[in-house]
Amino acid sequence: MTIAMSEAEKMQGSSERRPQNLVTQRIVTYLRPRALLSSGERLTISAFGVLLFFGVWFLVTEAGWIQPFFLPSPLSVTKRLFEMVASQGYLIDVWASVYRVFGGFIIAALAAIPTGVLIGNFPFFRSLLEPLLSTARYLPATAFVPLMIIWLGIDESQKIAVIFIGTFFPLALFIANISEGVSNDLLNSAYTLGASSRQVFFRVLLPACVPSIVDALRITAGIAWTYVIVAELVGADKGMGIAILQSQRFLLTDQVIAGIAAVGILGVITDLLFRLAHRKLFPYMY
Amino acid sequence: MTQVLLENVSVQFLRYREPPQIALDHTNLSIEEGEFVCLLGPSGCGKSTLLNVLGGLFPSSTGKISVGGKSVSQPGPDRGMVFQNYSLYPWLTVRGNIEFGPRLNNWPAAKIATITDELIDIVGLKDYAGQYPKVLSGGMRQRVAIARALAMEPHVLLMDEPFGALDAQTRSRMQELLLDIWSRKRNTVIFVTHDIEEAVYLADRVLVMSTRPGRIIEDFKIELPRPRFAEVVASEEFTQYRRRMLHLLRH
Repeated sequence: MTIAMSEAEKMQGSSERRPQNLVTQRIVTYLRPRALLSSGERLTISAFGVLLFFGVWFLVTEAGWIQPFFLPSPLSVTKRLFEMVASQGYLIDVWASVYRVFGGFIIAALAAIPTGVLIGNFPFFRSLLEPLLSTARYLPATAFVPLMIIWLGIDESQKIAVIFIGTFFPLALFIANISEGVSNDLLNSAYTLGASSRQVFFRVLLPACVPSIVDALRITAGIAWTYVIVAELVGADKGMGIAILQSQRFLLTDQVIAGIAAVGILGVITDLLFRLAHRKLFPYMY
Repeated sequence: MTQVLLENVSVQFLRYREPPQIALDHTNLSIEEGEFVCLLGPSGCGKSTLLNVLGGLFPSSTGKISVGGKSVSQPGPDRGMVFQNYSLYPWLTVRGNIEFGPRLNNWPAAKIATITDELIDIVGLKDYAGQYPKVLSGGMRQRVAIARALAMEPHVLLMDEPFGALDAQTRSRMQELLLDIWSRKRNTVIFVTHDIEEAVYLADRVLVMSTRPGRIIEDFKIELPRPRFAEVVASEEFTQYRRRMLHLLRH
């Protein structure tokens, strides 16, 4: 309905019967699927969304509509985050979690990249591994925590193992999908140039899928960050997850929210670093 | 001398609960060294299948294929291939793409450099040698793909609708360039197309194919003088060939 109307109105041009004001016109545009917006406009809308979120948060808390015990204002959360970093040794917690996240994630990546590439390109390995892997993907990583405690105790290795289990399976299948997607023509042209199976694998297939693999790592790194909290549920004396749990025990709501926000910030930083690395490593794609 | 020989070659695709589809009916074909042959036909007539079988990318169901006297079952550098969608390696520069084959085969560095320089010059990409494929136009990408296939000094160049994705002007320039390269190198060329004018303009021989089952129904000798230029399209003989092929393809 909206689409049809806006198209019709565009056809009428300047001589349309019903003059519209700017706001109605923009709303009609925003409701058109795949409408073209300028980059400035998109940026403005993004900023508006973020500001709206913090604005509402600020309003309901500062006006006293919600008690600070349940939801402290964004200002006090920010203040608390700075205090945690400055005087409560929060950076030690951050480091402990970063270590676990990247420890588990790097091991998962080292295992998932070869697994995924083999499944994606060798029917033998696909038949061998895929049934198990696609089942394992549905097993909740959190349910492995008790098992990991029995097997590994409650030290670092258990926490790294939880991150590993949480990221390995989705990553392996993601990479299988990517490497399977490398165009046959790319491989065939190498075969017709006299390449052996080994050369096709190392000099065509791998370089062709490495950029997408780095992208897959970026997306999966987000999953690793979400599992760090579960990993630290038991037997951690420092870490961003345990910091949140302890704050909850002392009913420090502002500190709980500050802790959650800190995980988010680190996640965004990880994402940005991956994007930057992608640009540096694969200049031919930009 | 016979360069490419097909004896009783056929390709069948097995289908679930249906009789096998005959992509290429029993075919005999002999192509001379240095000949420029076009396979012309509608989509689904098996012309690309025939090319892929020659390239060793797809096994034939029956028959014998030989190129340069040697039996063909695998892809090999004696048969260079050019695909419609260019299929360049995006992580390699123009130069890197062209020297990819010789490097794989561990040719001496000096020889690689000479061949690559010559080919970059022939396809007119001197100013783009250090660029990645991403910044090239479709026509330029296809020129790189042709140079890459020629770098291995193949006996036969197999081209699968190489200019199909190009606009009319670029396509016409690429056809002239291809004839120019062919007149220097004198490779055997087997060129798949569904464009009658393209086939008549380029080829010594046009093999017209028909569909279901895919087979060669007519073998035209094109006796237009060479070198050919774009104007030949307007000549009486050209129109004659075109009319006869059009008639065949319509009926």
